[in-house]
Amino acid sequence: MTQQLILYPLFLQIAIGIILLFAWSRIRFQKVFSIFGSILSVILAGWLFYYIWNFGTQTVQAGDWPAPFGITFVADTLSATLVLLTAIAGLAVSIFSAGSVLRDRLRFGYFPIFHFLLLGLNGAFLTGDIFNLYVWFEIIIISSFVLITIGGEKAQLEGAVKYFTLNILASMIFLTAIAVLYGLTGSLNMADLAGKIAAIENRGLVQITGILFLIGFGIKAGVFPLYFWLPASYHTPPFAVSAIFGGLLTKVGVYALLRVFTLIFTGDALLDNILMVIAILTLVSGGIGALVQNNMRKVFSYLIICHIGYMIAGLGMFTEIAIAGAIFYLIHDIIVKTNLFMLSGVIYRIKGTNSMRDLGGIYAKWPKISLLLFIPLFSLVGIPPLSGFWPKINLIKAGFSGGSYITVAAIIFASFITLVIIARLWSEVFWKEGKELPFRSNFGYFSKMKNYKRLQFIVPVTLLSIVSLYIGFGAEHIQELSARIADELVNNQGYIDTVLNMKK
Amino acid sequence: MEILLAIMIGVLYASGIYMMLRRSLVKLIIGIILLGNGANLLIFFLGRITKGAPPIIPADGKVFSEAFADPVPQALILTAIVISFGLQSFAIVLVKRAHTVVRTDDLDEMNATDEDS
Repeated sequence: MTQQLILYPLFLQIAIGIILLFAWSRIRFQKVFSIFGSILSVILAGWLFYYIWNFGTQTVQAGDWPAPFGITFVADTLSATLVLLTAIAGLAVSIFSAGSVLRDRLRFGYFPIFHFLLLGLNGAFLTGDIFNLYVWFEIIIISSFVLITIGGEKAQLEGAVKYFTLNILASMIFLTAIAVLYGLTGSLNMADLAGKIAAIENRGLVQITGILFLIGFGIKAGVFPLYFWLPASYHTPPFAVSAIFGGLLTKVGVYALLRVFTLIFTGDALLDNILMVIAILTLVSGGIGALVQNNMRKVFSYLIICHIGYMIAGLGMFTEIAIAGAIFYLIHDIIVKTNLFMLSGVIYRIKGTNSMRDLGGIYAKWPKISLLLFIPLFSLVGIPPLSGFWPKINLIKAGFSGGSYITVAAIIFASFITLVIIARLWSEVFWKEGKELPFRSNFGYFSKMKNYKRLQFIVPVTLLSIVSLYIGFGAEHIQELSARIADELVNNQGYIDTVLNMKK
Repeated sequence: MEILLAIMIGVLYASGIYMMLRRSLVKLIIGIILLGNGANLLIFFLGRITKGAPPIIPADGKVFSEAFADPVPQALILTAIVISFGLQSFAIVLVKRAHTVVRTDDLDEMNATDEDS
């Protein structure tokens, strides 16, 4: 029963997706069923997390083929945490979609594809096989292509062309890297690869393979200088789609980087230095990019890029405390970024625009909603004791003890610039006196909505804000969790033994 | 044979990237297709090339006695071909839609998403 527990989140998502396909045009059923299924997936993911936390890393061998030969699914603490966060973010976005996505879009299979996307995410987090990871990535990107184009507006299609091209290119580079890796070692199992790569004498070839992986995952994660597709596309689809993309899609790239560079390509000074340089440039360029934008969703897109830098910096420093900081930031970032894009959706429904120049006066008119939106915005900045503050302590401490002062400077600069951006956004959107915008008669304004419809906007934002507050005020627990994940990642022998030996 | 195949893979990658860097949407798709084929051939090539040696253990043996063709890369290529088929079909439909809506096939004119709004 518990042996296959790892696979239950996957089974659940694929089952929801298929059942929704059969209810193609029954929108109300789709909404209810999607939310119900997402609640179930939170419960399952919570169970999985509880199980892994108590009993340690678990594996399932597909078809019972022993480890290096068959496809392995592995749930260590990192995977289980990310599956849980995916389920929570998925639940919030599912409720938000039910309220905010237009009926015409829902009629073309929005919900089934949304659950296939979650399936791909869960699969990518749980697999222990590098080629299988590629397949899950493809499931993610093909679902995301459908979600980003659904509706077919001009800006959406233009954004989709850019998004599509760069993501395909990333997949091709990833596939090339797998080919070279297979040619070098004759294995695809990540735990098996860890030992085989370490034994190879031609280090130059190993470094090249590592750089290919870095480029492939780097495009997906949106690191400098490979991020230009991200701000060109993330502000075009419906808000619910932006939310799930902003929260989870770049993070799956970060997860892949974390996995590959802590397990397979470890202890390589060149790769670590490249990661550090990339991290510093990502922090600085993302922050400066966000500074000049006017559209709220573009600001948040650039902030995604900027904050990816924290996680890459943690990975580049490669000490236990730095990686704990990166993991803590990852946990905080998934929740907050999902929330930010939903927040911009709420503001769009209130005023009918996302341009910061035209917005204003929301605090005077909607004080309670403003206070709710205050939580994610300032969690992002990390004003203590809100959630963004704690991981930075780890990162800065690791930077000082490792002597990489430029990284520390970049981290502080990026936090400062985030503060400036959010403070400006707050005063522009909430405090400034609002202009009278032309009234759009066929637009579903928030003030015209019925109460149950409003709840579909407010409940998900509240849900994720509560999670954010928990991460901030319960930082002790999250720190303990991050430290344990970092320990598992740095001392990877436990992972390798569990996968290869099938200790019982 | 190895050298010939290596050169061909290199040409496929180079021409694929070159086509993707052009401004035309149709050339973009051709580039994606060429690049995909290059990657598939690369997997095949790096799985080592053998001639007429199927991975079948003879009836009177328990292990392989000679060099054999590795079946794993072939399985990988099969998966990759199916995936890239799906993606390429999507790409063609997307480009068709983008062309009807935006009324251009020049990527440089697709700059509405970069405008300040």
